[in-house]
Amino acid sequence: MGRLAIGSILPILFLLVWEAANRTGVLTLESLSRPSDILVAGVAGLRDGSILLATVQTFETALLGLAIAAIAGILVGAILGLSPVLERITGPTIESLRPIPAVAFMPLVLMMFGFGISMEATIVAYACVWPILIVTISAVQAIEPRLLEVADVLEMPVTDRLRKIVFPSAFARINVGLRVATGIALVVAVTVEIVLNPRGLGYSLVLAQQSLNVGAMYAQLLWLCVVGYVLNAIIRNAGPGAPVTFWRPVQ
Amino acid sequence: MQVSNEAVAPRRDPGASVPAVSMRALSLSFGALPPARRTILDSITLDVREGEFLCIVGPSGSGKTTLLRLLAGLVQASAGEIRFRGQPISGPSRERAIVFQDYSKALLPWRTVRANVALSLEARKVPASEQGPVIDALLAKMGLANAAHQFPGQLSGGMQQRVQIARCLAQHPNILLMDEPFGALDAMTRQGLQDEILLLAGEQAMTVVFITHDLEEAIYLGDRVVVLGGVPAQIVKTVDIDLPRPRDQLTTREDPRFLAHRHRLFGLLRGH
Repeated sequence: MGRLAIGSILPILFLLVWEAANRTGVLTLESLSRPSDILVAGVAGLRDGSILLATVQTFETALLGLAIAAIAGILVGAILGLSPVLERITGPTIESLRPIPAVAFMPLVLMMFGFGISMEATIVAYACVWPILIVTISAVQAIEPRLLEVADVLEMPVTDRLRKIVFPSAFARINVGLRVATGIALVVAVTVEIVLNPRGLGYSLVLAQQSLNVGAMYAQLLWLCVVGYVLNAIIRNAGPGAPVTFWRPVQ
Repeated sequence: MQVSNEAVAPRRDPGASVPAVSMRALSLSFGALPPARRTILDSITLDVREGEFLCIVGPSGSGKTTLLRLLAGLVQASAGEIRFRGQPISGPSRERAIVFQDYSKALLPWRTVRANVALSLEARKVPASEQGPVIDALLAKMGLANAAHQFPGQLSGGMQQRVQIARCLAQHPNILLMDEPFGALDAMTRQGLQDEILLLAGEQAMTVVFITHDLEEAIYLGDRVVVLGGVPAQIVKTVDIDLPRPRDQLTTREDPRFLAHRHRLFGLLRGH
């Protein structure tokens, strides 16, 4: 039996017990649907395309925000990591901006962009840029100084130095920052949708709750698990850190 | 040679050509003020001739590596002057290749042996289409042909150091700076590489500055041996090595002149 089969024993057992408890009247809370209803609601949502549309909306926003954060975080992080002076100058500013909860910017960003993908992606990007930036700074600072001296002796221009020495040596660590940020991206996107933005999975979750469609609410929560898993798998396998992990020196 | 620079410091012997490297009263200190200030090198005056194999020995911590890093342009002198072919050394340059002792840190672990050597060619802007034959020739010369597609982490220490030497040769240097390159290798590997580097230097009449803490290695390889000693380091003695070339691990090391040099230099090193 494969890992997946063994790993699914527990959830399946849990669902069966839940279904049985609900049908036999042991468990009759209003806020608890039962697995069969959830399944029906989920299938209905997938059939009429509402869940898929919401998923695409949330996905594209989270990925857009993540992409902006990754480009900005990696570029700025590489520069700050290479320049101790710049890092000291910007350090206090970064440390004072970082603790501000991204969702606190929602009113401001709403005024700037209105409802829609721009405001949501902006907030996602703000939340995601910090882990990427900080991990990149430390990854670049941890680059073997010998390699930078090799670049010096070969008189490499800055672009080659970044492309051939700095990024390849730092990517394994930067990838960790990207994965942390991926989780944050989804959380923040859904939060913005629940609180403010009328689109995506967060908003349809709110709609299901407001229409007291408990089955659909659970179906969408479960769907979010799937989405999160897929998003993380994409980053893990397509992330720039993946191709370089094979060389890890054997000491 | 065509280096004609009127601003060059007055030479003692106007008839002689410009030396490959000239150091005049070269000093290096770290830290600004006396309590924290540490002087590593104290007024070093030394010429390295074109085509010469110069070895520098000294006890550990005597500033040998620092002297080599000055030559590479990786650190700047606090006082005095240092010139390469008449031009002041102000920073690193491709024409001065340096072989680091810690080969495992100096190689790019995510690049194959081929691609590590290619790094120098890329830096020289050799077109990709012309790189292949150059790399093949270098790998064959360094005995790396079979390891071309392996990663440095998969190779023994001796092989990794060969890769670093190949990469340095690929940058077409006018001088090869070597910082205890064989210090971390076992005796057999070390002797093999000593002979290869002698062969290479002889073939191309390459100027080599070779740092080692191993007296016998210095005598075996060098045309001259410079002994550094004291804190801060000064030149204790410069000795011409009059052993015939090509040298041989057995006969050269048994030559009475080899033993005499060893005796004398050993005494000098211990005196400091």
